[in-house]
Formats: sequence, C-alpha cells, structure tokens
Amino acid sequence: MASPLTGYLVLAALLFAIGLAGALTRRNAILVLIGIELMLNAANLNLVAFWRFSPHPEALTGMMFAIFSIAVAAAEAAVGLGLVISIYRHAQTTDLDQMNRMKG
Amino acid sequence: MSPVFYVLAVFTVAGGLAAVLLKNTVHCALALTVAFAGLALLFLNLDAQFVGFAQILIYIGAVAILVVFAILLTRGTETPPTGVFSHSWFVGLVIAAGVFSVLGWAVLQSARNLPQEPAVPSVTVHDIGVALLGRYVLPLEIVALLLTSATIGAVIVAMHEKGRAQ
Repeated sequence: MASPLTGYLVLAALLFAIGLAGALTRRNAILVLIGIELMLNAANLNLVAFWRFSPHPEALTGMMFAIFSIAVAAAEAAVGLGLVISIYRHAQTTDLDQMNRMKG
Repeated sequence: MSPVFYVLAVFTVAGGLAAVLLKNTVHCALALTVAFAGLALLFLNLDAQFVGFAQILIYIGAVAILVVFAILLTRGTETPPTGVFSHSWFVGLVIAAGVFSVLGWAVLQSARNLPQEPAVPSVTVHDIGVALLGRYVLPLEIVALLLTSATIGAVIVAMHEKGRAQ
C-alpha cells in the first residue's frame, strides 16, 4: 500500500507545475506573482507533509521551516506588488511583453 | 489515503488552475484565494494547526487582499486585446510539464521507501512558541527585521515621486 505521503508530494509537485506554468505564460506581472505564490505554497506543503511523516515530529524542524517560509513569502509579495505598481506608474502597463527595456 | 485528502486536493488544484487560466484578473485573484484556502485545509488535515491558521491569516487575509489592491491600482481588470498569455506560452507550458513529470517520476520512484502514517504528533501552539523563542529566536528576529524592511521598502518603491505627481 502506498504511503499517504506520496499523495501529498504528487499534489505539491502538481501545484508547483501549475504555478510555474502561470509564471512563465501569463503576460500580466501580477499574474506572474500569483504563479510564484502558488509555487511557494507548494513548497510549504512539502515541508509540512515531511514534518508530519518524519520520525521525530516533536523536533518541529519542518514546521518551523514552513512558518519562516510563509513570513518571507509575505515580505516578497509586498515588495513585488509595490514594484509592479511603481512600474505601472512609469510605463502605464503591467504587460511583461512590453517591458523589454531596462532604461525605462 | 482518506477521501478527505482527495476532496481537498481537487479543490486546491481547481483553484490553482483557475488562478492561472482565467482571463479576468480579479477572477484569478479570487481563484487564488480558493487555492490558499484548500492549502490551509490540507495543513489542518496534516495536523499542523498553527501553520494552517497562519496560512489563512497571512495568505487569505493579507496576500490575497494585496493582490486585489494591486490589480485595482493598475487597472488590471481590462483584458488586453492581444490576449492574456505571452507569445512564448508554449515554451513555458513545455517547461512546466517537464518539471512536473520529473518531480512526479522522482516521487513515484521513491514511493516504496516513504514512511507509513505515524501516530498523530502531540505538538501544541505552546511548544511552537517555546521553540520560536528558544532554539529559533535568531531566525525569528531576522524575520522581524526582514518584514520591517520589506514593508518600508514596498512603501518607498510604490510611493509617488515628488514633482512627478500629477
């Protein structure tokens, strides 16, 4: 019988792939950030699943990793969306295909 | 594997797919909230209550709201006439499919060696608090510093420049 951990790992891999596809294919910069958030969440699911199925869950290692990862992802979302708003104010667009210059 | 897991997995994957595929950006943000809620329920299903509720508070309460604000501030609700997908979308799709097949292959290859479900760990929020202020106090302080500087940085980056304000 397969371990339930397999299901969680496959689900996390699927969510990661969905997020990656979103980050690579969407034109809107905010949707790319949404894809990145999905990828971060898939990684968190892996961490928590490994914590749950570890021989020593009372060591809390995987759980702590997930908690810090959530905090860092929140900081990343704030800075990323601030950058998108700033770029929008400058270029009047959030279309990544039109943002092909570095000098602005 | 319990039926609860399958229900939550379908819920989460459907939310994630909708967040990536829908045309209207606001609908994408709402679908993202569904995916976050599904993940929070999966964390609760894994007996990680603290992470599950932190997920609800931080992702549904803060990140999803931030995304909606950013969409409304950038007039992202207008669907561009050129389509919502980049012109190199096929390459992105191939890369994502390749990553998924490699990850899935690796997981299924090692499926035999994965541990069976152990007993429910008796970890309370009290234990997490003690660990955060004991063994993990330095990372906690660094995260506090990071969050402060990220908040200030986000405000400065998104602030109106003087003289260029219309």
